[in-house]
Amino acid sequence: MGWTRKDLVTIRELEAAEILTLIDTAASLQEIAGREIKKVPALRGKTIVNLFYENSTRTRTSFEIAGKWLSADVINFSASGSSAAKGESFVDTARNIAAMSPDVVVVRHSASGAPALLAKALPCAIVNAGDGAHEHPTQALLDLLTIREKKGHFDGLSVAIVGDIAHSRVARSNIHGMRKLGMTVTVAGPPTLIPPYAQELGCKVSYRLEDAIRDVDVIMMLRLQQERMHAGLIPSLREYSRYWGLTLDRLAAHARPDVLIMHPGPVNRGVELSPEVADGPYSVILDQVAKGVAVRMAVLLLLAGGRSAEGPSQ
Amino acid sequence: MAARSPRLREKAEVLDTAALDRALTRIAHEILERNGGAKDLTFVGLRTRGVTLAQRLAAKIAAIDGASLPVGALDITLYRDDLDSMHGAPVVRATEIPFSIKDKTVVLVDDVLFTGRTIRAALDALIDLGRPKMIQLAILVDRGHRELPIRPDYIGKNLPTSRREAVAVRLTEHDGEDRVVIEEPEEG
Repeated sequence: MGWTRKDLVTIRELEAAEILTLIDTAASLQEIAGREIKKVPALRGKTIVNLFYENSTRTRTSFEIAGKWLSADVINFSASGSSAAKGESFVDTARNIAAMSPDVVVVRHSASGAPALLAKALPCAIVNAGDGAHEHPTQALLDLLTIREKKGHFDGLSVAIVGDIAHSRVARSNIHGMRKLGMTVTVAGPPTLIPPYAQELGCKVSYRLEDAIRDVDVIMMLRLQQERMHAGLIPSLREYSRYWGLTLDRLAAHARPDVLIMHPGPVNRGVELSPEVADGPYSVILDQVAKGVAVRMAVLLLLAGGRSAEGPSQ
Repeated sequence: MAARSPRLREKAEVLDTAALDRALTRIAHEILERNGGAKDLTFVGLRTRGVTLAQRLAAKIAAIDGASLPVGALDITLYRDDLDSMHGAPVVRATEIPFSIKDKTVVLVDDVLFTGRTIRAALDALIDLGRPKMIQLAILVDRGHRELPIRPDYIGKNLPTSRREAVAVRLTEHDGEDRVVIEEPEEG
């Protein structure tokens, strides 16, 4: 199936075939990272604006490298030190950027729905690089690509996503993608961090790490943000780590020997993952980062390469 | 939406199974003759059918000369000059050239040579991967209508065509038969 959308805002709205188109394209583009000259001319003359209202090193850098390897011009715009600090509204800022005729705007914002708002307001392609606790589509795509490469397929695989599900856009995008591709998903964490709608998303819920990781093919650990402790959702990091930290002992006792350990990063070593697990043979954390560039190249290429079916591109 | 291409019907057979095989055998001999043997030769086929043809040429050279030559696969989507005028998003397949082409003679292989634009893109893509000593071009069917100054070194069959016709190279690995036919639009 081809790609006909103007924007990439959520995994939720995609069909399985569209997700596979993105993943297949990313898989084809991976080879560029191994070249001596890491540049192809596909997006020559296209302009990509990274519009980041939240701190991000990994994602922004990854989009920037992806754009540059495709020969696009990439401009970074961070909210600090910009007109946003002078009181300009989000949409006004975006309209001003759009007036400079970019082909793609990559947006990260702390407000859920900000990319969807821009997608309606602007004629160019919008890529959601993470919005609030809503979605982070490119992270889910790189996780899915990693899983397919390591396991060879998706259908029938089981995944446990462990940690702060309620506040995690990574978890939400992954749950949508994994369910559409025929995987079973168990979410696990302290009850205060499990959203009430977990079952509506088609997930099983577990409140014990040992149960959640038993016999699954993939364990995805989420980063525990310290703010959750201050908000009173967990008693202390130490207690969280004692009940929810993934250690070698727990893995050996409860998980399958061929399980994959994933983490979207940055890792709190000693909190959700012990260092031996993060650096251990099951861990594919650095594979995930490497796939990030290929996935973002695929997204940029599908959105900006070729004429958009919906509207005129400048 | 993609422009609906007219339905095509078969007009004539250009090469049957035996003729296609003979053409490849002759090209394999020509490659060896032109290069004084198989030393430093590599094959790069253009996705999809060019790769299959490159593998067959390599197998023929192995049978003639005993040399086992590497075969790579090149996808030129990222180098096309018409990305912007294509309808819908590009379909990218992987480039897989798991050997160095630096200082090698690369025989580029494709099924049909038409405008030459695909080969222009392939030359750019190849040179981004390294600096070969020489690039030669092997083509199963040259149907004319060049828009760029590109000329093949090895030709299976010269086939004058009109622009409205299509040349279909059918290979067992993809299409269940080895045959080359000319197709023309069904009159509507």
